[in-house]
Amino acid sequence: MGNKKIGGFGIEIKKLYKIFGPNGADCVKLVEQGVTKTELNAKHGHVLGLRDINISMPAGGIQVIMGLSGSGKSTLIRHINRLIDPTSGEVVIGDEDVVKMDAVQLREFRRHQTAMVFQKFALLPHRTVLENTLYGLEIQGAPRNRQVDCAMRWIERVGLKGFESKYPNQLSGGMQQRVGLARALANDAPILLMDEAFSALDPLIRVDMQTVLLDLQKEIKKTIVFITHDLDEALRLGDRIAILRDGEVVQQGTGQDIVMNPADDYIANFVREVNRSRVINVETVATALNASARELKISVPAGAKLEEAARAMTLAGENEIAVVDAAGQAIGVLTLPQAVDAMVNSQVACSTPNAKKVA
Amino acid sequence: MDWLFSFPHMDDASLRDLKKAIDEGFRGFTRAYGDGLEAIFEPLQHFLIWSERFMTQTPWPIILLLIAAVAWFASRNWKIVAGTVVTLLLIGYFDMWDDTMKTVSMIFVCTVLSIVVGIPIGIAMSRSDRVQNIVNPVLDVMQTMPSFVYLIPVVMLLGIGKVPGLIAVVIYAIPPMIRLTNLGIRLVDKDVLEAADAFGSSNWQKLKNVQMPLALPTIMAGTNQTIMMALAMVVIASMIGVQGLGQPVLKAISNQYFTLGIFNGLAIVGIAIIFDRVSQAFGARLQKHREVVHG
Repeated sequence: MGNKKIGGFGIEIKKLYKIFGPNGADCVKLVEQGVTKTELNAKHGHVLGLRDINISMPAGGIQVIMGLSGSGKSTLIRHINRLIDPTSGEVVIGDEDVVKMDAVQLREFRRHQTAMVFQKFALLPHRTVLENTLYGLEIQGAPRNRQVDCAMRWIERVGLKGFESKYPNQLSGGMQQRVGLARALANDAPILLMDEAFSALDPLIRVDMQTVLLDLQKEIKKTIVFITHDLDEALRLGDRIAILRDGEVVQQGTGQDIVMNPADDYIANFVREVNRSRVINVETVATALNASARELKISVPAGAKLEEAARAMTLAGENEIAVVDAAGQAIGVLTLPQAVDAMVNSQVACSTPNAKKVA
Repeated sequence: MDWLFSFPHMDDASLRDLKKAIDEGFRGFTRAYGDGLEAIFEPLQHFLIWSERFMTQTPWPIILLLIAAVAWFASRNWKIVAGTVVTLLLIGYFDMWDDTMKTVSMIFVCTVLSIVVGIPIGIAMSRSDRVQNIVNPVLDVMQTMPSFVYLIPVVMLLGIGKVPGLIAVVIYAIPPMIRLTNLGIRLVDKDVLEAADAFGSSNWQKLKNVQMPLALPTIMAGTNQTIMMALAMVVIASMIGVQGLGQPVLKAISNQYFTLGIFNGLAIVGIAIIFDRVSQAFGARLQKHREVVHG
């Protein structure tokens, strides 16, 4: 598999169908013709798992796949390392189609290109933290001292130093999932698959783990596919988000796209409860710089969220804040009323299309 | 109305001919292949003889120490070791040392053979539903067929002696080993297996790293059951010439020697308890990672 590129691989999922049942392949035609999930189940006795999934996941970014239970999100992530075989379609990683790999290629692909973190941790109960962490390297057949060095480094990195000789049973849920994360990272694969990795943890620990993941990602820059049913988690982690419902992608885009322009009522319902100030970027709401405007005392970088801008303004006692680009050049101005309006009123941002042009 | 009260059966002449034909067929088979089969089982005979010689010809204090040491390393429990030593001393004091050692050696060989044969069959069963569907009825027959019945063909093929006794005991004692190996592997947590797959484990790596270690408690329960059943069977096997505690019991039954029967019976109970406690403690010790649960 000599195609390991620097910067990792993007993942292209094309026309992916999964139909559970003995003659799944025959049913693809029916589904393409528009037979619904309920009809397929009632008339043909097959369960529609995924319908025509097309997602392009960027290399080195976090792609979140969100959906409620039964939406097919866990099925989808298992197609990326083919723990589940698709009925039809392609999963292209680098320049290879995972669907076409034979058993040996697939094993090599799983050993070197992907690593996975599971909702229920799935640690080996008879192995210590250290032995669990080096599992992937052991399977690869790496020399023992390299296995241990690498595993110890990741155990330390996820904050479990001193626990390496404990058994999973002796650790709390949050700590067990840190082991799961260390095990996946020690594999040093460019793609990290996280199947509801933090869903089984209590809220505080979950936020804690999200922070750990975001901090790590700044440095490792892997292509991460993250499955969740929690929109707040999706918005916090996702560079891009795809929302799945009944095995279909109903909307995909950045968190801001989804919050500001929900594709349908289903998604609108979802995003209603979201804390918009943490999702919407300042440049989205800001208006273009007016030449006659007075000098602005404070500034905020483009890409920052409304919450930060609002906090800066209230702290400084200002009503306006400059939005600056990476070079420090002002590109727009945001007023406190604009910011508050965008936070509390779900219509405002959508109804001011001119605002978008700033960025 | 005669047919209503007496079940209409095959006429006597045909039935007699049928039985005769089968018997003669088997006898022919025995004559043709008996020697060959005996040759196949010869290594087993050597193993049996070696093991029995070792147990009976080594001075008894050494054997006693050896058994105590095994009990200690398996259980790490002084009470079990003390119980073992006291039981063995009592057995020796009532002049049953030699017979007991012969039985222990027989059980040892039977258990080793059952494990060596049973675990691979159990693994094969766990990997394929078809194999399971074939092996399961065979195991049912082995467990329910009265043990005297399969002593007959074994004796016809291999005569009277240690090896046929060994085979009879193993046939009787191996089913729990096979069944519990199969069950243990099938019960391994699917999530953990999926994780092993996701990291690219080969089948052998999965078996070695995940399935066998996680199935071990169940497999140990199977071993324990196998030992207990082998002990129950040695008395019956004494009818075809297996030496040990079974023979005095057999003698006691045919001559109505109550005390002889009870003493030897108690000796069997004694070593059964020793085997059971030591193997269970060993099984529990293998599972030490399960004990400490996060509060």
